Amino acid sequence: MSFALLRTLGPYLRRYRRRYVLGFSILVLNVAVFSSIPYILKLAIDGLSHGISVGSLAELAGLLVLAVLARGLFTYWQRLILITTSRDLEFDLRNDLLWHLEKLSQSFFQRFRTGDLMARSTNDLSAVRNMLGPGIMYSANAIVQFVVVLAILLNLDARLTLIAFLPAPVIILSVQWFGKRIHDRFEKIQAMFSSLATRVEENLTGLRVVRAFTREPEEAAAFDRLNQDYIQRNLRLVRLSGTFTPLLQTLLGVAFVLVLWFGGRAVLARQITLGGFVAFNAYMVQMSFPMIAMGWVINLVQRGTASLERLQQIFRSQPDIADGPRTDSSIASISGQISFRHLSFAYPAADGSAGPTILRDLDLDIPSGKTVAFVGRTGAGKSTLMSLVPRFYDVPEGMLLVDGHPAPRIPVELLRRSIGYVPQESFLFSDTLRANIAFGVPDATEEQIVAAADAAGLGADVAAFPQGYDAKIGERGLTLSGGQKQRTALARALLRDPRILILDDSLSSVDTLTEERILEGLSAFAQGRTTLIVSHRISTIRNADWIVVLQAGGIAEQGTHTELIGKGGLYAELYEQQLLQEELAAV
Amino acid sequence: MSSAQQEEEVLGKAYDGRLMRRLLGYVGGYWPQILLATLAALFGSITQVAGPYLNKVVIDRYLDPSHVQGSGSFFSAWLPANAYRGLADIAVLYLFLLVAGFGLDFIQTYTMQWVGQHSMFDLRRDLFQHLQRLQVEFFDRNPVGRLVTRITNDVETINDMISNALVAFFDDSFVLLLIIVVMFRANWVLALIALSVTPLIALGTMFFRRAVRDSYRRVRLAVARINTFLQEHISGIALVQAFNREEHAFAEFREINHQHRHAWTDAVFAYAVYYPAVEILSTCAIAMILWFGGLRVLDHTLTIGIVVMFIQYSQRFFRPIQDLSDKYNTLQSAMAGSERIFRLLDTPATLTSPAAPAVVAEGVGRIEFDHVWFAYQGEHWVLKDLSFSVQPGATLAIVGHTGAGKTTITSLLLRFYDVQRGRILVNGVDIREWDLTTLRRRFAVVLQDPHLTSGTIADNVRMGKPGLSDADLWRALEQADLADYVRSLPDGIHSVLRERGAGLSTGQKQLLSFARALAPNPPFLILDEATSSVDTETELKIRHALDTMVTGRTSIIIAHRLSTIQRADLILVLHKGVLREQGTHQELLREHGIYWRLYRLQYRGQAAGGNVAVPAVQNTAE
Ligand SMILES: Nc1ncnc2c1ncn2[C@@H]1O[C@H](COP(=O)(O)OP(=O)(O)OP(=O)(O)O)[C@@H](O)[C@H]1O
Ligand SMILES: Nc1ncnc2c1ncn2[C@@H]1O[C@H](COP(=O)(O)OP(=O)(O)OP(=O)(O)O)[C@@H](O)[C@H]1O
Ligand SMILES: [Mg+2]
Ligand SMILES: [Mg+2]
Repeated sequence: MSFALLRTLGPYLRRYRRRYVLGFSILVLNVAVFSSIPYILKLAIDGLSHGISVGSLAELAGLLVLAVLARGLFTYWQRLILITTSRDLEFDLRNDLLWHLEKLSQSFFQRFRTGDLMARSTNDLSAVRNMLGPGIMYSANAIVQFVVVLAILLNLDARLTLIAFLPAPVIILSVQWFGKRIHDRFEKIQAMFSSLATRVEENLTGLRVVRAFTREPEEAAAFDRLNQDYIQRNLRLVRLSGTFTPLLQTLLGVAFVLVLWFGGRAVLARQITLGGFVAFNAYMVQMSFPMIAMGWVINLVQRGTASLERLQQIFRSQPDIADGPRTDSSIASISGQISFRHLSFAYPAADGSAGPTILRDLDLDIPSGKTVAFVGRTGAGKSTLMSLVPRFYDVPEGMLLVDGHPAPRIPVELLRRSIGYVPQESFLFSDTLRANIAFGVPDATEEQIVAAADAAGLGADVAAFPQGYDAKIGERGLTLSGGQKQRTALARALLRDPRILILDDSLSSVDTLTEERILEGLSAFAQGRTTLIVSHRISTIRNADWIVVLQAGGIAEQGTHTELIGKGGLYAELYEQQLLQEELAAV
Repeated sequence: MSSAQQEEEVLGKAYDGRLMRRLLGYVGGYWPQILLATLAALFGSITQVAGPYLNKVVIDRYLDPSHVQGSGSFFSAWLPANAYRGLADIAVLYLFLLVAGFGLDFIQTYTMQWVGQHSMFDLRRDLFQHLQRLQVEFFDRNPVGRLVTRITNDVETINDMISNALVAFFDDSFVLLLIIVVMFRANWVLALIALSVTPLIALGTMFFRRAVRDSYRRVRLAVARINTFLQEHISGIALVQAFNREEHAFAEFREINHQHRHAWTDAVFAYAVYYPAVEILSTCAIAMILWFGGLRVLDHTLTIGIVVMFIQYSQRFFRPIQDLSDKYNTLQSAMAGSERIFRLLDTPATLTSPAAPAVVAEGVGRIEFDHVWFAYQGEHWVLKDLSFSVQPGATLAIVGHTGAGKTTITSLLLRFYDVQRGRILVNGVDIREWDLTTLRRRFAVVLQDPHLTSGTIADNVRMGKPGLSDADLWRALEQADLADYVRSLPDGIHSVLRERGAGLSTGQKQLLSFARALAPNPPFLILDEATSSVDTETELKIRHALDTMVTGRTSIIIAHRLSTIQRADLILVLHKGVLREQGTHQELLREHGIYWRLYRLQYRGQAAGGNVAVPAVQNTAE
């Protein structure tokens, strides 16, 4: 177990320090009372073998009952305090995990799959909880009991104690040997479990494609392989743990044999009394529980640390896009002027290094309140450029300026609040239509929501839905048509009343009539707002104040529609191509 | 809270014979293993019970012979009279039993885990395959996160039951039984005294069970919610951030998380009461043995050895009972888990191939919609009385406002859903009479949502045709105008894509799904907004591929960009699920209807620039 790992738990453990202290104090009392029970037995047996008054016998029996009542009370407290604390800790840890995830930038999510992150926030988290709750409780219990009972036993008969503890080193060694291996195998199993979950998730989200391509058999076969792999790994773990637990029990049994044998001889030799012999046995029983529990606890701890390591990988990832010392908190509003200065960008690769360059040396000034359109071939980098504005990814300081401030100086929250972003692929949440539109403005009024939906050309569709705005739209907007999804995403952005509106090809699935209507509405809305609009349709962008043609990550040409047509460059070519297409059968 | 979630809350009883029988159905095939494990448990229990008995023998025979009246023990006869030798003999016997116990214990654990893991494998496979068969409509209602939980966590609870509870249950029962037998043989009065507290323990256990049952149920519900929440919010994290929803989403999560913690508190309390209660009762039994047994020892009617043995057994007697109640909890979770699993397995696949599918001729055929009515929910018709037909080898284009029902038509054709009224005929045969796989295999499709899978680019293209050669693969990429891009990647076609093809631009995703559809060579083709996110230049390039694709195939093309569809043999104009116009491009223009307006709008956009290139195009187009 690495201490660096445990150190991260420090703050959590400290938070509940009081409860832990109280819990452990009760635990010590508990063990003390518990250890008196075999001693009472010793007195009774000795009494019986040498003659005892009926009254003393009754006293001893009564004492036994009193002792166990006290123990019961302590056990109750101890469990209640320590286990509840572990649940509270789990609660804190899971909250913190989500909070942390929410702050991490897209570069992090490039590296981890959803299913994997889910497994970490559920299974791994409970493994850690098990370590911190039952794990800590039982191990503390075991240690205290071990020390107390050992002291008593040494007092009863030192030689016999040493003999009885002959198996102890073997026990400790095997616990260590097995522990490490169990840890390794368990970690592999958890990883495997993640990929199993991911596989199912992917299959179900891509359901229609799987069906359309009749891929069910292949999918099932691929799943079977993972499934098979998973149980094989589990069995590999069982081979270890299935040896470990019985081994531990047998080694403990050997201690009992030794006590029986040598304790018996000691009684014969009158070194201890018969009661001492019986008590010795009873103490060994008391010891054996912590010992076995220890084996189990070792398992818990191994699993817990394996899982903690996996959680650590998340916690260690720094939220690289967040307010820091460089943030200028005096910036309170944004007017919407955007500049790209020698902007270059590459997506981070899976291993954290930079991938191929997507945007190269891009220079552009977008005055506040203007509409700038971006066109360019598929893969030219339009979406990438758009995603840099709300800082999904970061670029070196000075490459992106908003209102003249380097982007990292602007509080992230403010920057994003000023942007209405309509991504190219509309992601919606499995909630009502209303909740989706009000996603960015949770306290929006009904009128505002309806107005936004109308501006996005969605109003008529909603009117036709049986449940109207309360229609549940399924995961990712499953029950909406392609164009309805896009317009919901548009309404969601419009409702924010943003200074900067980013429309990344957001009307591609909308028919021309609807598009026309939306654009008309938008042009009023866009008055005084900075609008970045990406589209492949000239009809969508021809009225923009400025048009930028991107090619292979750089600006190939820019100007107004008429200027660009006049230039006879890429844009003019594009224009002609579209024209040709439209004209094809017109005559 | 959705109704499905509420449904999840009200779950059946803790033990349900019907469920158990079905579960055992999964385990039943492994009966030889279970028998082996049970035998191991049976013999193993002897080794577990031996200790106190041997202690008694040692005490009565050698350590405190003064109190013995007769020679009760059956193996007293074997034992040497010499106390030291006798001790050694018994110790060796004990050691032997321990070693045997070790072996038996391992056999039991490993075999049962083996059975558990294999049953789990079977169950997971069945679930997954069932999900592959269930109708698409089911998935419109059930969130993916919950289904994933079924296959992963719920199955795990059943494994837990099989590998940890099933045989351990026998094991514990054997131990109990054996102890009872030994106790009654030794002294039935004392045995009754020792057992006198068992009814109380049983009662306590019952209360305990009831307390935790409800708690566990709420826990499961909370866990499912946590999963669903995480799944959605992690995949939509960019939006959460872009819309400053972090705090809001966090508050929501905190609430679910709180429910989860709260659900546990009852269970924690129940455990905190139950464990000490059992211990108090069992120690009371010891005190009684001490008192009643002690009186008899003083009377010289009982040996000390027997009293000691009873005390030791009492200490061991209650652990299996406690264990059993633990096992009971495992059983309970497994029951709840299997209830949900079987409910899923019992969800009938309503949309399947008929028992005797029609034999339909290969080759290019007709598609016909015959008075089709369709609604996703109840009576909210999305398609109303739709009739049209596409001749073999012809191209049908569908246009219409967004939400008009275009995609729905393709979903019906692929039989993702069944129509409520009317019928759909392919090659003259109602598609409900087709074998489902055969039907879908005849179609090449580009769906509106391209949905790529994680895996390499090659994996994705080969999706349509597993054995596709590299050369054909490249040809498909070439036709989809994606070859240059793929070549520019360091790993080429072996470049790994992430979930849903993340790492590609949207247009590239569409092109890839286009290549995926091009790879096989089926007689029918469906393109639903296949090039909506693709730039014009690329679109022109793949137009050529499209032209070759369309020739000799019956095709359905859906597009908002009219350029894509003008040369279709038939154009349908759909409006709110009703067929409003149909005809060729020219015919429709003449009608001055919706199509004409749509067209004019796109046309006007360009017309301002002049009609420079029209004649040239006409040449290339012909
Ligand atoms: N799975 C579903 N469950 C319920 N309603 C649905 C489902 N899928 C689509 N709908 C509804 O059916 C109607 C038609 O949807 P469809 O996807 O066929 O439209 P479309 O013509 O393809 O539109 P678009 O051009 O926007 O893609 C819409 O109102 C939509 O909300
Ligand atoms: N998350 C990512 N990780 C790595 N590479 C990416 C990622 N997203 C996009 N790319 C790559 O960056 C390049 C530019 O992609 P981008 O999405 O910006 O193109 P685009 O101009 O928006 O294209 P389209 O018109 O198809 O939407 C493409 O080659 C794409 O493969
Ligand atoms: Mg893009
Ligand atoms: Mg559609």
